[in-house]
Amino acid sequence: MTGALERSALLDAPAIARAIDRIASDIVTLAGGTERLVLVGIQRRGVELADRIGARIRDRHGAAVEHGALDITLYRDDLNEIGPRPVIGETRLPRTLDGRIVVIVDDVLFTGRTIRAALDQIADFGRPARIGLAVLIDRGGRELPIQADIVGERVPAGPHDRVDVLLVEVDGRDAVELVRRPPP
Amino acid sequence: MTEPLGKDLLGLEPLSAEQIRLILDTAEPFKEVSERAIKKVPTLRGKTIVNLFFESSTRTRISFEFAEKRLSADTVNVAAQDSSVSKGETLVDTARNLEAMRIDMVVIRHGASGAARFLAERIQSNVINAGDGKHEHPTQGLLDLLTIRDKLGRVRGSKVCICGDILHSRVARSNIWGLLKLGAEVAVCGPYSLLPRGIEELGVTIFRRIEEAIEWADVLNVLRLQLERMNAGFIPSLREYYRVFGVTLERLERAPRELLILHPGPMNRGVEIDSRVADGPHSVILHQVTNGVAVRMAVLYLLAGGRPEQAEAAKRGREGAE
Amino acid sequence: MKPMVLRGGRVIDPSSGRDEVADVVIRDGRIVGVGRNQGAPDGADVHDVTGLVVAPGLIDLHTHLREPGQEDRETIATGTAAAAAGGFTAVCSMPNTDPPIDNQSAVGFVVKQAAAAGAARVYPIGAVSLGQKGEQLAEFGELVGAGAVAVSDDGHPVASGQLMRTALEYARAFEIPVADHCEEPTLAAGGVMHEGVVSTRLGLKGIPSVAEEIMVARNILLAGHTGGHVHLCHMSTRGSVELIRRAKEAGLPVTAEACPHHFSLTHEACAGYDTNAKMNPPLREPEDMEAIRRGLRDGTIDAIATDHAPHHYDAKEREFDDAPMGIVGLETALGLSLTLLVEGGHLTLPQLIARMSTVPARIFHLPGGTLAAGHPADVVVFDPAARWTVDVTRFRSKSRNTPFAGWELAGRVVRTIVGGRTVFVGV
Repeated sequence: MTGALERSALLDAPAIARAIDRIASDIVTLAGGTERLVLVGIQRRGVELADRIGARIRDRHGAAVEHGALDITLYRDDLNEIGPRPVIGETRLPRTLDGRIVVIVDDVLFTGRTIRAALDQIADFGRPARIGLAVLIDRGGRELPIQADIVGERVPAGPHDRVDVLLVEVDGRDAVELVRRPPP
Repeated sequence: MTEPLGKDLLGLEPLSAEQIRLILDTAEPFKEVSERAIKKVPTLRGKTIVNLFFESSTRTRISFEFAEKRLSADTVNVAAQDSSVSKGETLVDTARNLEAMRIDMVVIRHGASGAARFLAERIQSNVINAGDGKHEHPTQGLLDLLTIRDKLGRVRGSKVCICGDILHSRVARSNIWGLLKLGAEVAVCGPYSLLPRGIEELGVTIFRRIEEAIEWADVLNVLRLQLERMNAGFIPSLREYYRVFGVTLERLERAPRELLILHPGPMNRGVEIDSRVADGPHSVILHQVTNGVAVRMAVLYLLAGGRPEQAEAAKRGREGAE
Repeated sequence: MKPMVLRGGRVIDPSSGRDEVADVVIRDGRIVGVGRNQGAPDGADVHDVTGLVVAPGLIDLHTHLREPGQEDRETIATGTAAAAAGGFTAVCSMPNTDPPIDNQSAVGFVVKQAAAAGAARVYPIGAVSLGQKGEQLAEFGELVGAGAVAVSDDGHPVASGQLMRTALEYARAFEIPVADHCEEPTLAAGGVMHEGVVSTRLGLKGIPSVAEEIMVARNILLAGHTGGHVHLCHMSTRGSVELIRRAKEAGLPVTAEACPHHFSLTHEACAGYDTNAKMNPPLREPEDMEAIRRGLRDGTIDAIATDHAPHHYDAKEREFDDAPMGIVGLETALGLSLTLLVEGGHLTLPQLIARMSTVPARIFHLPGGTLAAGHPADVVVFDPAARWTVDVTRFRSKSRNTPFAGWELAGRVVRTIVGGRTVFVGV
């Protein structure tokens, strides 16, 4: 077994709220307004984040934004390594994506493989005019040429570290924490 | 965490209740895939699946084929000769040949009970039992369970009566195992000559008359009665069977509550079931068919997706990656 | 042939009631003396058998040697070698070969092959009906003249009541038993295992106990009616045992045998579709197994027979429905009997030896089953305490179809002697 885990706080609840504020406003700018915008959260915590962002946008601009959710398990490229996940979450998208501006929302951007899977999955549902990516945390460590359009906070983390995003809706509190582990 | 399913799906008898629920829960997202415009996910891309059918069966084979193709797998259909009927290639040799071709998964339907297990013990590929003799038809049992769950909200506590030729029915056996494990109350109803010995020892009630079954049940799963049974002397005639045991509209109308009617198909209208019942508002037969594809996708997905020990290792290394 | 002395073993001879430490002296193929401190004839081989049991050689009333016609599974040579390895000095071979043993030349052929093989003795059983077709009686007189000791259509039942009656009456002239495989064919048709909760779980067609019991009852009644001796092969159900018990209480000319698998296994052994658990009559329920054990204890069942039925590996390596019925048994019979019946507390060692040697000889009127002076020296020496694991690769039989592979058993055969000549030495 490895040595002791070192857990340190990166963002507290107010910091997360501020980041979400910024992200919400940047998304509206990217989409040139709320009319053609569709927010698609990636299971799991991306969905909760998309909900909060949608609420901020509604408060600020008075317009309700369409939400969707995506579970990318069936599109992963590494099923042989990780084995089947016990429960596949819900995938629910608006009927038509054609001509719309889809912004994918996720909690942490790391290797980029999740986003690649999400892009493939969205392509099976339709042809948006544009697909953008907004993430709460970018921790570096890309394995594919994928970048986020909008980033809440950049956090450099080592390959064996864990970046945990905790949300009230799922985990009972809001926090972003870094768990440092020495290499095995 | 639920025990992994292992290499094969040979029946519902060896599964735990948790494993059965896992398959049903996994079928839910696959229902959604079949509703999309593009009914395909890349999950099993590059996997080769052989549908090895020794008994002809259009509906089960097509259902499996849809499931396989919607998961982007490559499928091959083999209609083989039943070895008990003609001395073709033995099942052992068939197994070895499949192994040599590096097939990933085999879906087998065969006339001999135990044939799926026989194959599974001899090849590395995943083996899915699509019906072996009179033993089990696990995916049918699962889709029946899913249908009951969809319509009644839960399986536990529901009263399900399986009607017809239980003796010769693999669907009946798989249903009995699945229902008992998920906590349903299970009964059978049919002529005594078509009930297997010791069925009560499995925890199943016997109803002598269909009226008693209808009085008691929430769900009737009506099995097809085959002409061969009359010819073999188990019952005097199909007409007599219909008159005494047929699920007719008149009998259903006297039921104390709304009954759900299931049938594995294909139906013998006018023998075990009235057309007006089969096509009526209580029948969920078509829903069963839809669920069939989703359940089969779930089974293929769960069996194909990698080995548990790799899963554990990869999980440790990639915690928080997504 | 050199004389032989077996010194210091526990000599158990049910024919005389002897059970004591003694020496056995053998000369010119016969027992010449049994007792303490026997002198050794000149040039004798003296074997120290202290701690071992010395008993009359085992006699199997029911073996399939497969020759002529099915030599891929067994020959008379390999079968008698397997018998000797199992402690049997004589076997009765069933006639369902290809062609069947339904005429004197066929009987003569078996006798000749057995003599040439020179291991265990073979007493052929001839067919009841020509071709074993169940239609016309075979020539019992000719069969007996050529060496047959009984008649049977085993493999099949004698389905016709009329034919069975005639056979029993006709056999009286030759004082031979008619041995029947008791199975009512329409009830058993298509069945592959015992009809019960296990066959229901497995989805396999079952053979109900009544299929055997109906024919047992029929045969008992016909024996009473004709006065002929009926021998009931491989009994497997508690109902059969009860019927036989009452028949014997009534003094009817009925004898019966049971096989080791019917007192060792139940229908649960079929649970994985193991074709090595497929035989006829099938393995039954625990209560049936108990009844067989009790039947052997109180003598309702006279003898333990093996129904040794070799099958080729390929034949058994198929779906349960298609696999042939039968298992080998010569090389595991003594071990199973000692472990499950003697160590299990159901029989004493002398009672067991009676069931496997003295009684079989008596009911089929065969020489053997005794260590009395003057009789042929057919002897088995075994170590009742030695534990061994059943290893099919070491079988002398050509076939390996047994459900007992890997079982740990008590009782190893050390030496088997036929007519004063050692035909097997255990390692």
